[in-house]
Amino acid sequence: MALLEISGLKKGFGGIQALGGVDFHIDEGEVVSVIGPNGAGKTSFFNVITGMFAPDEGTILFEGESIGGLEPSVITQRGIARTFQNVRLFPNMSILENVMVSQHCRTKQGIYGAIFRTKAFKEEEQLIEERAKDTLSFFGDRLVGYRYDQAAFVLSYANRRRLEIARAMATQPKLLLLDEPTAGMNPRETVELTGLIGKLRSEKGFTIVIIEHDMKVVRDVSDRVVVLDHGVKLTEGHYDDVSTNEQVIEAYLGRPAETES
Amino acid sequence: MIKGELNVKKVLRAGLIAGVVMVFVSAIGMVEDFDSRKVIDPFLSLGFLALFWYVPRAGYKVGHEEVLEGMEEHPVSSQQVVAGLSVGVVGGVVISILVVIAHVMDLRDVFIRLSPKLVATLTFSDSVAEPNIILGIVWLIVISAVLGAIGGALHLVSDRLRRQILFAVGAIFVVAMLEDVISQILRTLGLGSANRLIYRAAALRIVPAILVAAAGFFLGGRDRAERSRIARYLADPDPAERRRKSLIVAAITLAVVLIAPWLLGSLLSEILATTAIFLLMGLGLNIVVGFAGLLDLGYVAFFAVGAYTSAILTSPLSPFFAPEWPWWYTLPPVILVGILAGIFVGTPVIRLRGDYLAIVTLGFGEIVRITFLSDAASPWFGGAGGIRNIPGIPLGFDTVSGSDPEYILYFALALVLLAAWVSYALLNSRVGRAWTAMREDESVAEVMGIDTVKAKLSAFVVGAVLASLGGALFSAKLGSIFPTSFELLISIVILVVVIVGGMGNILGVAAGALVLIGVLGGPRQPGLLQEFGEFKLLIYGVILVYMMLQRPEGLIPNVRRSRELHHDEMNQDAWLKAQADTAEEPAT
Repeated sequence: MALLEISGLKKGFGGIQALGGVDFHIDEGEVVSVIGPNGAGKTSFFNVITGMFAPDEGTILFEGESIGGLEPSVITQRGIARTFQNVRLFPNMSILENVMVSQHCRTKQGIYGAIFRTKAFKEEEQLIEERAKDTLSFFGDRLVGYRYDQAAFVLSYANRRRLEIARAMATQPKLLLLDEPTAGMNPRETVELTGLIGKLRSEKGFTIVIIEHDMKVVRDVSDRVVVLDHGVKLTEGHYDDVSTNEQVIEAYLGRPAETES
Repeated sequence: MIKGELNVKKVLRAGLIAGVVMVFVSAIGMVEDFDSRKVIDPFLSLGFLALFWYVPRAGYKVGHEEVLEGMEEHPVSSQQVVAGLSVGVVGGVVISILVVIAHVMDLRDVFIRLSPKLVATLTFSDSVAEPNIILGIVWLIVISAVLGAIGGALHLVSDRLRRQILFAVGAIFVVAMLEDVISQILRTLGLGSANRLIYRAAALRIVPAILVAAAGFFLGGRDRAERSRIARYLADPDPAERRRKSLIVAAITLAVVLIAPWLLGSLLSEILATTAIFLLMGLGLNIVVGFAGLLDLGYVAFFAVGAYTSAILTSPLSPFFAPEWPWWYTLPPVILVGILAGIFVGTPVIRLRGDYLAIVTLGFGEIVRITFLSDAASPWFGGAGGIRNIPGIPLGFDTVSGSDPEYILYFALALVLLAAWVSYALLNSRVGRAWTAMREDESVAEVMGIDTVKAKLSAFVVGAVLASLGGALFSAKLGSIFPTSFELLISIVILVVVIVGGMGNILGVAAGALVLIGVLGGPRQPGLLQEFGEFKLLIYGVILVYMMLQRPEGLIPNVRRSRELHHDEMNQDAWLKAQADTAEEPAT
C-alpha cells in the first residue's frame, strides 16, 4: 500500500485552476521529485496536502486514511511535515526553540504541568531539548553550540534552509515535503544538501517528496520524477525518461520554432 | 547645524516647537494649576518647570547630530550655544504672543484657561488686575533664551559631565516630587525634625536641594559598570553560586516589600495596593497580548466578572443570591468563572486575527459592563447601584478591608507573585513556545503541528483567571462595586502599562505599572503625584507617544520583541559577526 495516495486532486483560486485533477502516489522509503515550470501548481500541491488549503475535489489518503480538508496541525500529527519555498522560520525565536516548538504535536504537557513543574513536565522538557539538539546535529556543527541561543533570523540563507529542514524533521514525520530546498544556495552547498537528502532517507528513514528546479539535484536524489504543468500531471517516471520526454521539454522551453504554426 | 553653521531654518523650527509646547502647557492650565506646588522653595514651582522643561531640550537637540559609524564628526563650537539661545528666544517670543493675546482679548469662551490669572502668572506679576506685561515678556524671553543656551552649551562639555548634570537635575526633581514618600518614612522613623529641615511646604529647601544635586552629580559620574553593581553581583559564572545569589537578592527584596507598608503609612500603601492590582492585571494581559499576540481590548470584562462573582457570594446585600460566604471560599468559584469567561469570550473570536480581534474583544468588554449596568439584569447584579457591603477578607482574628491598605497590599503582592510565576513558568514551557510561535507566524505554527485554537483559548483562559482574581481582591478592597468601576478606560490603561513597560517581559510590566499607576495613578485611583490628577490621561498619552517613537520595545524590553523592532541593527551585528566567523564556516 502506498504511503500517500492522491487521486483526482483539484484546487482552484477564483478563475485559476491551480490543480486540475492530479493523481499521485508515493511508497514508503521512496524519494519522488515534483518538477515543472513556474506556476505549474507544485507549491499549491504541497499546500493542499498539508491542509493549508482544503481540496475542492479528489481524495488524499495517507496510510490508507483520508486527510483531505483536515486541519494542518492534525495532518502534521498524522506524520506529514514540510518546508517552505520562501523560508518561513520563526525569526525571533532562537535556533533551538525553533526545533523545540515543532515537537509540539509529539508532546503533551499542558498548563498544569508547567505551573507546578511536575516531574513528568521536567522529564518531557529535557527530552524535547535533547531531541532538538540531536536533530540539529544532523547538519554537522553549523547549527550547534553557540548557535542554539541565536535568533533564527541572524542565520545565513543556507543555514535558514537547513534549520527549516531540522524543524520539519523534529515533528517526527513519516513523509517529508521539501519545497525547493536548494533555492538560493551556491553550487557547493547544493551538492552538500543533495547528500543530506540521501541521508534523510537512508539514516532517518523518511519518505520524501521534493520540489526542485535544479536538475542535477533531481537526478541525484530521486527514484521517480513527476512533472506538473498548468495543474495537471504531464508525465512521470525515471529521471532519464522524463528528462528526454518531448512534452516536458516543451513545457519548459516551448516548441521548437519550425513546428510553430 | 550642518558643518558648524547656524542653520536658520532648523533653529526657527525648533524654536517654534518649543514655543508651541509652552503655549499648549499654558493653555491647558498646567502652569496655573502647578504654580502653587513648589519644587525648590521659594523660587521654582512645578508650573514653571512644566512651562520651560522643553526649552533646554530643544536647545540641545537643535545642535545635536546623529553620528553613525564612518561619518565625519563635526567639531562642537560656540555656534551650538548661539543656536540654543536663538531657539530659546524664538520660543520666548511665541509664548509672549500668547500672553499679549490673552491680555488684550478675552478668549475664555473657547479657551477657558486663558484667564487673567494665567497672564499674571506668566508675567511674574503679583496683581491679577494690572499685570506688568512688558517686564513679564522680557523676563519670559530672557529665561527661555538662557535655558536654550544652557541646552546648547551641554554640547560643549564632556559626555561624563553632561550625564552628571542631568543626574543632578533629575535628583532634585525626583527628591522633590517624592516628598510624600520621604516625609512619611522620616516621620515613621521619628525624624520629623529632619523632615522639616529638608522640606518646606512640600518643596525642597535650597541647601538640601544643593546637597541632593551634589549627590546626583556624584552618582552620575560613576561609570555604568559600577552603577549596575547588583547585575554584576548576580552574573556569577557558576550556576549554583548564581542561584544562591539571586535567592539572597530575592529574599532582601521580599523583606523590603514586607516592611514597606509599615514605613510608608496607609496612604502610600493604598497607592501601592492599587498599583499591585493593576500590575496583576498587566501580567495577565501580558500573557494574552505579549506572549500569544492576541490584542484584547476588553480585558476589563474578566476583572468585572471576578469582582461580581466574589461580591455576590460574600455580600449580604447581593440582590438574588446571597450565601454570605467568607472571601476565601469565593476563590474557587472565581477561578472557575474566570475559566468559563475566558472560554466564553475566546471561542467566538478565536478565528479572528489582529485588528478584528481587537474590535470584537472591545465589544465584549462593553457588553459585560452594560449587562451589569442594565435594568433587566438588576435583580441579579444590582444595576447601576452595584453591590454594596462586601465584607472584606476574614483572617480569623480580624477582617481585612479597604481601610487596611497595608494588608490588602500583602494580598495583592501575593497574587502578583503568583501571576509572575505563572507567566515565567508558562513562557518556558511547551505551551509558551507554542504561543510565541503563533505570535511570530500563525499559519506556519499550524503547519508545524500547533493547534492554534487550543493555544489561543489557553492564553485567554490564563489571562482571564488572573484578571478575575484581581477582581475578587478589588471587590474586597473597595467594599462595594459598581458597573462604572469597569469602564473601557481600564482595559486601555492596562494595555498602556504593558506597552510602556515592555510587552512580553515580566519586569517590564512591573516597571510600567510602577511608573504609570504608582506615580501617576490609575484612571480613578490617586497616584503618588496627586498634583497631576486631571492631567493624568494627557500625560499617559504623551508617555505612550514618546515611547512609541523613541523606545517602542518598552522600558524593560523583552529580548525577542526588541529583536523584532530592531531587525536592521541586529542584522548588521550578525553580519559583522559572520565576517569573523567566515574562517570556520567557508561554505556559507
